[in-house]
Amino acid sequence: MTELPLLAARGLVKRFGGLVATDHVDLFVGRGEIHALIGPNGAGKTTLVAQLGGQLPCDEGRIVFAGDDITRLPTHLRARRGLVRSFQITRLFASASVLENVALAVQAARGSSLGAWRPVRRERALFDAARTLLDDVGLAAQAQLAIGALSHGQRRALEVAMTLAGEPALVMLDEPMAGMGHEESARMEQLIAGLRRRCTVLLIEHDVDAVFRLADRVSVLVEGRVVATGSPAAVRADPGVIAAYLGDAAEAPEAADAASA
Amino acid sequence: MLIVEQALNGLQFGLMLFLLAAGLTLVFGVMDMINLAHGSLYMVGAFVAAWLVALTGSFVLGIAGAVVLTAVFGMALEVVLLRTLYARDHLSQVLATFALILILNDGVKMIFGNDLPLSAPAALAGPVELLPGLVYPAYRLLILAVGLVLALLLWLLVQKTRMGALVRAGASNRTMATALGVDITRLFTFVFGIGAALCAVAGALLGPLLAVQVGMGENILILAFVVIVIGGIGSIRGALVGAILVGGIDTLGRTLLQHLFREFLPPQWASAAGPAVASVAVYVFMAVVLAVKPQGLFPARG
Amino acid sequence: MLSEAKHPGLARSVALIALAAIVLALPFLLRALGFDFYLSLASRIVVYAIAATSLNLVLGYGGMVSFGHAAFVGLGAYVTGVMISEGVQSGSAHLGAVVLVTAFAALAIGAISLRTRGVYFIMITLAFAQMLFYLANSVKGYGGDEGLNVRARSLFSLGGWVLDLKNPLALYYVALAVLAASLFALARFVPSRLGYAMLAIRDDDVRAEAIGFPTYRYKLVVFVAAGVLGGIAGALSVNLQGYVSPNALHWTQSGTLMVMVILGGVATVWGGVAGAAVLLLLQEMLGSWTEHGEFWTGWVLLAVVLFARRGLVGIALSRRAQSAT
Repeated sequence: MTELPLLAARGLVKRFGGLVATDHVDLFVGRGEIHALIGPNGAGKTTLVAQLGGQLPCDEGRIVFAGDDITRLPTHLRARRGLVRSFQITRLFASASVLENVALAVQAARGSSLGAWRPVRRERALFDAARTLLDDVGLAAQAQLAIGALSHGQRRALEVAMTLAGEPALVMLDEPMAGMGHEESARMEQLIAGLRRRCTVLLIEHDVDAVFRLADRVSVLVEGRVVATGSPAAVRADPGVIAAYLGDAAEAPEAADAASA
Repeated sequence: MLIVEQALNGLQFGLMLFLLAAGLTLVFGVMDMINLAHGSLYMVGAFVAAWLVALTGSFVLGIAGAVVLTAVFGMALEVVLLRTLYARDHLSQVLATFALILILNDGVKMIFGNDLPLSAPAALAGPVELLPGLVYPAYRLLILAVGLVLALLLWLLVQKTRMGALVRAGASNRTMATALGVDITRLFTFVFGIGAALCAVAGALLGPLLAVQVGMGENILILAFVVIVIGGIGSIRGALVGAILVGGIDTLGRTLLQHLFREFLPPQWASAAGPAVASVAVYVFMAVVLAVKPQGLFPARG
Repeated sequence: MLSEAKHPGLARSVALIALAAIVLALPFLLRALGFDFYLSLASRIVVYAIAATSLNLVLGYGGMVSFGHAAFVGLGAYVTGVMISEGVQSGSAHLGAVVLVTAFAALAIGAISLRTRGVYFIMITLAFAQMLFYLANSVKGYGGDEGLNVRARSLFSLGGWVLDLKNPLALYYVALAVLAASLFALARFVPSRLGYAMLAIRDDDVRAEAIGFPTYRYKLVVFVAAGVLGGIAGALSVNLQGYVSPNALHWTQSGTLMVMVILGGVATVWGGVAGAAVLLLLQEMLGSWTEHGEFWTGWVLLAVVLFARRGLVGIALSRRAQSAT
């Protein structure tokens, strides 16, 4: 990389009792790239993302975002600075409609919400922005529906729309294609590819083929450690990665077992 | 020697608190249900014991009968009503069990009256000399003995039996327990029955010391909740440790602080300030524990 | 969804106006019917409605199950009672003191408690309330465990006019005015930015934080506001009863308030009012028929939990939604 990375995590460590879930991880995401994070089940991908997002405090290490040290910064301030994440298990606001969900994300990104007098509905700009976002992810027709009426794929798309609400610099998508069928996966893949010009993406995914199609660079996480990082082609050919994850039938289950403590 | 006596009192109260807390932590840990009526089972146990003792003239029969009847009552309650609350949110559980407190308080009043006399058996009315110069009421020694034996039995049950393993599995992960094919429904009823039985023992034993009256459950229930929060929800070990700590702080606090305050404050203030500060001390202790270990001392949940 | 913000139909407007008229004319209606003594019950319902509404703000709209809310109500009552005992009768002084003390207490208790969540939050708020309860029990100078009797009441003077809350009519209308103002403020709050933010926070506060809401700060604001409103209810209650005891802070009082909120409808503007009215009227009716009012009240509550999940207002709302389709 010729310029400073947008997100630089150095020496991240997270322990749960005796288990080291994140083992001195270094991760660098360059501005404008789609960076994928792959690894077998239990490798610690979501734990790592939770530390980057602020939901989990790291025990050791530093996280630098756009030049600022955000290691101890609370989650909502990270979001305000342009570092947002989606969740592996869909988390949406069940009492609100699809449009209201996105509008809430826009509201959170714009100004303070300590006003208890004026109705939010009067803020046209907010709802217009929300509608545009729904359009971007292909959910314009579902705006007035309740969350329960959406299909799984639509809910994941809604989550993506919400992460885009504050025009973030870096979006961390935690397994956006999880639990999706063929058609829905394809649509999500298109959606992610379309994010390229808008923001930098850190993509955690299981679907290795989709990852190799989308990503500019890939990092492989095994048992809490980054074992390889580089272009998709380079990672694909790395013998350590193959052994630990991609092809070796004898090794892979062992690694997975040991990792999923 | 006063300190030793008070320490024993604290241990004794703590063990009785443990009996209540154990049932409560199991119900909360395994079934994820807030049961405000747990203190009412303690009250029912005390009343039934007092009634049976008056009827039969025998303290032992009174307690035994109370334990059996309260356990049966508890299980019936679980099957008929509480079962439907497991799936509901905590708020609904609070409302429903609060309603149950009202029903049971008045129900007991209708059947037995506002209070019933219950005194320690005559054989144990006198003091026992434990060590030269240290005398301690025999009845309180009985409570200590029963408490320790039950604690041991409970520990054996939970740690060494298959049922105990199921309960521990349930406490830490309910879905996993169901997946393992455990008959959850019967397990829950049984756990509830045990909790009710323990409440009855505590109620019957503490009756002679604290008075058997309507509403006696409400104050001790709060302490039981504090105990399980300190100990860690779902953990029997935590309940024991927490109960002894709380019992100790409460009892020792009352008397020691009273003595301390008498040095500095006018007498009528000292007699009120002691218990007040001791009560506050229990809650402050809970707040401190939660600040350092937010899940309690021995969290059972994963 | 925030469907309460819809425009009411004609029938509903008429019903509301009729209700308002009855409520405003109540003292005179009661006197005409020879039921003067029921005015204090009506005032008690209004005061409890304010307390229950304040709990609904923190519990229903804030999503914070605070089991120590009665402590703020009791605190307001004690502050007023103590001031009157010390010879300070000015109602504005009482109001000012109550707001300051309860705001400070709520800020301190909330700041610490909101660092925990779930059942631990419930326990910590309970613990703080019990601490205040034991404190009230031990202040021998102001009644201790027997409670504090108060002879005089709050006096408000505006220009030449003097409003003495010893006058039952004055108390009723002042309480009614406070209730009306609270309901109005609540109705403005629900569709506002903060109201929407709290909806997100109570639905999923991890997600709310992740999209950029400072959840701790907003929850604390709502917690303090609710505490202050509760304190004001307490100030009115000591004026109504001429008496305050430590029992007002006991956890069972918090439980009663919670019952009113759940009964009336969690997260609805009128939930606190409905719950307070129904519970107090129920207790009054059952109390006059039988000696065992609590017994039957318990059964009614149980029935509501088992069969009417969204509370009474919730039933009314869903009926209206059904008839609209």
